[in-house]
Amino acid sequence: MKRNNLIFALGAILILLAGFFAPSIVTNPFYFFAGYVIVQYIVIATGWNVLGGYAGYINFGAAAFFGSGVYLSAFLFNAFGLPLWVGIIGAAALGAILGLAMGYLTLQIQGVYFAIATLGLVIVLETIVHNLPGLGGARGMAVYGPAPPEWSGGPVQYVFFVILIIAVACVALARWIEHSWVGRGLRAVRASEDAAECSGVPTLKLKLVACSISGAMLAAAGAPYPFYTNFVEPVTAFSLLIGLNAIAMPLIGGTRSWAGPIIGAIILASAQQIATVTISSELNILFVGVVLIAFVALAPNGLLGLAKRKSAGTAQ
Amino acid sequence: MTSSLDIFLNAISTGVVLGSIYASIALGLAITFGILHIPNVAHPALVIVGAYFVYLVGQWGISPIPAALIGLPVFYVLGMALYSFYSRTFERKGQANVLQSLTLFFGLSLVIEIAIALFFGSELKSVDADYVGSSLILGPITMPYRLLVPALFAPIMISALWLYFNRTHSGTAIRAVAHDDRALSISGINPTWIKRHAFGIATATAVVGGAALIIMGPVEPFAGRFQIGRVFAIVVLAGMGSIPGTLVVAIMIGIAESFVSAYLTPSWSPGVAFAILLLALGLRPQGLFGAAR
Amino acid sequence: MTTRRQFNKLAAMGTLGLAAPAILSSKAFAADKPIKIGASVSLTGPLASTRAGEIGYQLWRDDVNAAGGLLGRKVEFVIYDDQSSASNVPAIYSKLVDVDKVDVLISPYGANLSAPLMPFIKQRNLFMVGMFALAGNDRARSNKYFHACPWGPDSMLGWARGFFDIAKSINAKRIAIINSDLEFSSSAAQGGAQVAKEYGMEVVMNQSYPPNTSDFSAILRNINNVAPDAVFVCSYPADSAAIIRGVKEIGINDSVQIFGGSMIGPQYGSLLGSLGEDLNGLVNITTFVPEPTLQSPGIESFFKRYTPIAIEQKLDPLGFYIPPFYYVAGQIIEAGVKGSESVDIEKMAQYLHANPIDTIVGKVAFNDIGDWTKRRTLMIQIQNVKGNDINQFREPGKQVILDPAELKSGNLITPYNAARKAS
Repeated sequence: MKRNNLIFALGAILILLAGFFAPSIVTNPFYFFAGYVIVQYIVIATGWNVLGGYAGYINFGAAAFFGSGVYLSAFLFNAFGLPLWVGIIGAAALGAILGLAMGYLTLQIQGVYFAIATLGLVIVLETIVHNLPGLGGARGMAVYGPAPPEWSGGPVQYVFFVILIIAVACVALARWIEHSWVGRGLRAVRASEDAAECSGVPTLKLKLVACSISGAMLAAAGAPYPFYTNFVEPVTAFSLLIGLNAIAMPLIGGTRSWAGPIIGAIILASAQQIATVTISSELNILFVGVVLIAFVALAPNGLLGLAKRKSAGTAQ
Repeated sequence: MTSSLDIFLNAISTGVVLGSIYASIALGLAITFGILHIPNVAHPALVIVGAYFVYLVGQWGISPIPAALIGLPVFYVLGMALYSFYSRTFERKGQANVLQSLTLFFGLSLVIEIAIALFFGSELKSVDADYVGSSLILGPITMPYRLLVPALFAPIMISALWLYFNRTHSGTAIRAVAHDDRALSISGINPTWIKRHAFGIATATAVVGGAALIIMGPVEPFAGRFQIGRVFAIVVLAGMGSIPGTLVVAIMIGIAESFVSAYLTPSWSPGVAFAILLLALGLRPQGLFGAAR
Repeated sequence: MTTRRQFNKLAAMGTLGLAAPAILSSKAFAADKPIKIGASVSLTGPLASTRAGEIGYQLWRDDVNAAGGLLGRKVEFVIYDDQSSASNVPAIYSKLVDVDKVDVLISPYGANLSAPLMPFIKQRNLFMVGMFALAGNDRARSNKYFHACPWGPDSMLGWARGFFDIAKSINAKRIAIINSDLEFSSSAAQGGAQVAKEYGMEVVMNQSYPPNTSDFSAILRNINNVAPDAVFVCSYPADSAAIIRGVKEIGINDSVQIFGGSMIGPQYGSLLGSLGEDLNGLVNITTFVPEPTLQSPGIESFFKRYTPIAIEQKLDPLGFYIPPFYYVAGQIIEAGVKGSESVDIEKMAQYLHANPIDTIVGKVAFNDIGDWTKRRTLMIQIQNVKGNDINQFREPGKQVILDPAELKSGNLITPYNAARKAS
């Protein structure tokens, strides 16, 4: 166990170093633009999976947390000039609070009902953000960020490194949860909430913890976004595609472990980025739809599940 | 000069009518989700297909209501095919878990939207009918026929379905399969056949819902996305398995939205359906008309 | 459970696969390198109805290449689908600039999609033509940005001004403003309110509605209740249709002299056809109509070629509103290149700021942030429409120009109720 922790920590440091030195090796900014979206989705998928994969509560409303993180970060910068780091922490805090609130509201609901209620959260939040003065409404808010630090190599390289740090932190946290008593409790809830409750697992407390952490991660994923697009508006911040990807990526990669969302995010997000600049037409969306259906039909437990089945097969 | 009573009466009547139209869109989902427990997120996309079907048939001079009737058997068959695809995909596992079903139907809705966009183009499409453009005037209430006629679809469908589910053999079988499909198979009826039949019926309602939409206003291929949330809210709020409940809840939501539009600002009305849903679920998780779990 | 080793292998292969082109690519030098223009078009998503504009790019490109290209070099477009989503824009334009190495850029459609690009083009010093972005350059103030759209300077107010000039000329005092809660329409409504105030008019109602509102009975009743002289509507195609139908079904107060202003939708063939006679009397903004005061050989040739292509591709068969300006975008680049005899964007920008250019919609001159020095948006009134045949809109007399004065081709009919019946 300890050896694995060491390997993971080493891997994390290597990835961070790679991200730090990447601008010197990869001179073409395009890879940072595309890479940003992919890493952002790693965070989103990981965050979603804490509640959806570990606890089995399907959250349709990832976009609600993401959008809140986007707007809080943009607002803190535009109104108070607070730096990105404050925005990230603020977004995580807001996400945790929203997650807690959602957890309380949906105390008695399970299964698909929970999913629908979370969808409602997206619409309610989008409507609120749309109508709050000072957030730009439908016309959006331009965010002209500060000049990036010298060592970063440029604005997009900088936000890429930032989201990479967030991703490493979130994955580490998800991994810790998975291996800790929290993860065990969540697995019990996922298997059968009633049985877990009967055996003394504090299901309510665990649900709330999972909701908060999931919310915090999803919101943190949105915090650097205003500095990536220099512009926020409600439709893209609360977009249906975010919620859809948040569900699909862990599905593709595998929901049981921290590695699944990473694999799913890299595959699906890369596919979407590549399709945007190659196929680039309606066929793009058709492609995503077909990929989703194919994965559900052929690899319902995700790629990790498929790998597990194969290795279990050959072990005989 | 309109009096406040006029505004009030018109707000209510508009709300009732809009709610009824929402119900005709939500009905299919009430069957698949409420009775079969299949979260068919693609239903709004199917409703849009229904709308485009009515448009297509309309190109040959057939008006929307007969077009919808023609569409009923077509969409019934389509629904059966969809169910076959769904059950074949998950046959290996028996019951699909929620995540997989949701993703499957999401993928399906994307494929449907693009198919429409490729076939018909992205321009708005509308239909013409004689009654569109004029209104029924009952005292202080002015009700455009463009809204009134589609509003009649839901009550008619619901009455027909109620009769079917409660008075016929196969209809009763559908209700039974929702409760316990193993018991049903013991009594000699194939549950898969019944479920496929139910899915076919649910999809057939999509063409009627689509007709209602396109009579109300022009449609474009991605229009289904705006309905997903509202439709799900209606079905869940009504409580699983309650078909008449769908109409009541839909009208409640229609009236709530209409009042927010008339008396507050319209900008807040998208959130209304969901605010109500969240509140209600907090207080009464089984929905307003559902059986207590 | 996947081992760390397996995962590392996957990650390494993935990274190598993604990074390889960046490390291995080299710039190929070719003698007669084509001039590349990069842009994104909304082929899918809510703005997909604007994709007819791409035909404008193609027609311009074909014309230029048939005449020998620019400076002897062939012109090529590199176009991607932005799916009407602002989050796709940064990566697409980085690909255009950093991978495809285009020479100049044209923006996506509208302010919301273009906004992410404004800091980008300033920071990287790029040349971009702006498509239908209201006040797009007001904040960034790039000197290499040129509008291909006829708003004129101070476009937030200028867009709405024609309507209010007409309102002023008929002594309208009470204005009602309604707008859809989206970018363009919100900006237009805000601009309208400001212009109304400037002209000493009273805004008696100012209401926004959510984008997918399909029923306007409540709003129209509220409007009738306050009995305004003019109703300024900022709407998108679906709600424009619903509003116009609503007016027919519920009726409108006789006090309303002019109705319309900033309704998107009644410029498109599909809506003109389906709403037909219900459109009579509407006073609305547009960018081109086939009135005698606007016709020219250039624009006639454009439409002669546009129409069959659009019909075949199932796009807007009339194409008045957007496609000509996509052709104009090309002409702006053409003028910059030919005028400065180079593809050096500094020289191109300098030339365009200093010289007026000829386009199929007339002579255009730019101010320091790329706005047209003179507003050329048209305020028209729809008149004499009978039935639903869209071909009647190709004839003059159906959309008479009221403003600007030098292009006037007909007279305003008021009040709105009278104009609706007159035909």
